[in-house]
Order: sequence, then structure tokens, then C-alpha cells
Amino acid sequence: MWSWVLHRITGVAIYFFLLVHVLDTAMIRVSPDAYDAVMSTYKNPIMGLGETALVIAIMFHAFNGLRIILIDFWSKGAKYQRLMFWVVIGLWIVGTAGFAPIHLYNVFTEPH
Amino acid sequence: MSAIIESPRQPQQRASKGRVNWEKYGWLYMRASGVLLIILIFGHLFVNLVQGEGIKAIDFAFVAGKYATPFWQIWDVVMLWLAMIHGSNGMRTIVNDYASNPLVRRILLGALFVAAVVLIVLGTLVVFTFDPCSTLIPADQALSFCPAP
Ligand code: HEM
Ligand code: HEM
Repeated sequence: MWSWVLHRITGVAIYFFLLVHVLDTAMIRVSPDAYDAVMSTYKNPIMGLGETALVIAIMFHAFNGLRIILIDFWSKGAKYQRLMFWVVIGLWIVGTAGFAPIHLYNVFTEPH
Repeated sequence: MSAIIESPRQPQQRASKGRVNWEKYGWLYMRASGVLLIILIFGHLFVNLVQGEGIKAIDFAFVAGKYATPFWQIWDVVMLWLAMIHGSNGMRTIVNDYASNPLVRRILLGALFVAAVVLIVLGTLVVFTFDPCSTLIPADQALSFCPAP
């Protein structure tokens, strides 16, 4: 139940990000300065926290999506769905622990 | 509102012959695209956010370097199509679940469809018409490897 709610919320969040993201990438067809200007907004600390949250949301959606797929197609999927939920949570924590420090470091330190 | 509960022995309504079962293909598409998107999106995030200086390194020259190879052009366009259709189809399910007013529902579904078509066309054109040395780029912003105009 909660996995379904989270799957839905993360799916919607990623969808709206993607709408904006295609538009910001389109700035490369406008001019180098226009593109660098949008990208500089992605580099400020508040956006950096948002990007961290976005990637954490994608990781949940992706791992839980795989779990849904296994439940539907793997003959033992339904039997192990509860166990797989905890595997999803585990992968999610490991993925977050791997990603967040690297990204936050990049966001909060000066480039060298 | 009174609900009509059909007799459990009622034979299941068959999809009439010759009709395409779109919902079934949509359901399958969500799963097939999901598996591919894991690879495409995780690869995208790794190269853009984790490798090197991550987000700090992204600028016009970074993208020009990636789009100089067909590999990343195709990667991005496949990711664009799969993710836009997956996301829009997922949003369609959600709209169908919550929008009870038929007019509101029609408007929202129409908006999802238009947004998907516009962004897929725009994103595809951006990738394939991108020219880092376009003569439209002001000289003071041009990349160093571009021939002088
Ligand atoms: C904060 C995280 C992200 C950053 C910094 C980022 C950065 C970029 C950059 C620099 C490009 C230009 C070309 C390239 O490098 O390949 C790009 C293009 C693209 N990104 Fe991302 N991205 C992020 C997250 C995502 C996510 C989560 C998705 C999928 C849902 C995605 C989908 C795309 C697509 C489809 C394109 C091609 C757009 C087009 O065809 O015009 N990105 N991204
Ligand atoms: C990273 C790889 C991804 C995987 C493995 C994945 C997997 C799935 C699966 C299996 C479903 C359930 C479909 C169903 O119940 O019929 C789903 C739903 C959904 N996905 Fe994804 N997805 C991924 C990426 C994305 C992206 C990039 C977006 C947004 C652009 C997105 C947005 C949605 C939405 C809005 C739903 C509908 C949720 C609902 O009906 O509750 N997903 N996804």
C-alpha cells in the first residue's frame, strides 16, 4: 500500500521534472550563454538539494518498479513480494548513501 | 448510488474479435520501458552527476562534447521517447483514477497528450539539429575548436 503511494508520488514528480528538463536542455539550441544561464540555476545549493531529492525519488521508483515487474512476470514474484519490498528499501538506502554525499559535495564546494 | 454486482457465474466479457486491446499493450509498455529506462536513466545520472565534478562540469561545451558522438544522441533520444511516453501514460492512469468530472478528465488527458507530443518533437529536434559551431552563435560565445567565421 505505502509502496504504491510512494510509487505514484515519485512518478508524478519525475514527470514534472522531465517536462522542465526537456525545455532547459532545448536552450542549447538558443545560445551557449542561454544554456549556461539555466545550468547555473541547477548549480545553486537549493536546487542541489532538490536534485538530490529527485534522484532519491527516481531510485525508489526504479527499484520498486522492478519489484512490480517481478511480481507480474516471475512465477514466484507474488510469494516473495514482501521480501522484495525490503530488498527495494535496502537498495534504496545503499543507492542514496552512495549518491547523496557525492552530489552534495559537488554542490557545496567550489570547482577547482 | 446503487452498485450492480453481477452474478459470479456471468461469463467474462470477451474483447470483440479484431479489436486491439490497447490497455494491455499500455500495461506491457510500462514494464518493458521501465526495464530499459533503468539502464538509460542510471547511465545518464552517472555520467552527468557522479563522474568527475558532477553537476559543476555541465555547461554548453559539456553537452557539445556529448552530442559530437551519435552514441549519446541516440541514448538521449531513446530515453526521451521512452520516458515521455511512460510518464504520460502513467499520468493518464492517475487522471483516470481521480478526475471524476468527465469534462475535467477530457481536458487533463488532452493536456497530457499535447505536452507529450510537443516535448518529444522538440527534444528530438534539439538533439539532431544541434550544431555546436552554428554560425548563429555569437562569435564571443563560440567554442575554441570551432573554425573562425
Ligand atoms: C538533476 C539531474 C539531471 C541532470 C543534471 C541532467 C542533465 C542533463 C544534460 C546536461 C543533458 C544534455 C545532454 C546530455 O548530457 O546527455 C540532459 C538531457 C536529457 N536528460 Fe537529463 N539530467 C538529469 C536528470 C534526468 C532525468 C531524471 C531524466 C529522465 C527522466 C533525464 C532525461 C533527459 C533527456 C530525455 C535528455 C535529452 C533531452 C532532449 O532530447 O532534448 N534527465 N540532461
Ligand atoms: C527508472 C526506471 C523506471 C521504472 C523501472 C518504472 C517502472 C514503472 C512501473 C512498473 C509502473 C507501474 C505501471 C502499472 O502499474 O501499470 C510505473 C508507473 C509509473 N511511472 Fe514509472 N518507471 C520508471 C521511470 C519513470 C519515469 C522516468 C517517469 C516519469 C517521466 C515515470 C512515471 C511513472 C508514472 C507517472 C507512473 C504511474 C503511477 C501509478 O499509476 O500509480 N516512471 N513505472
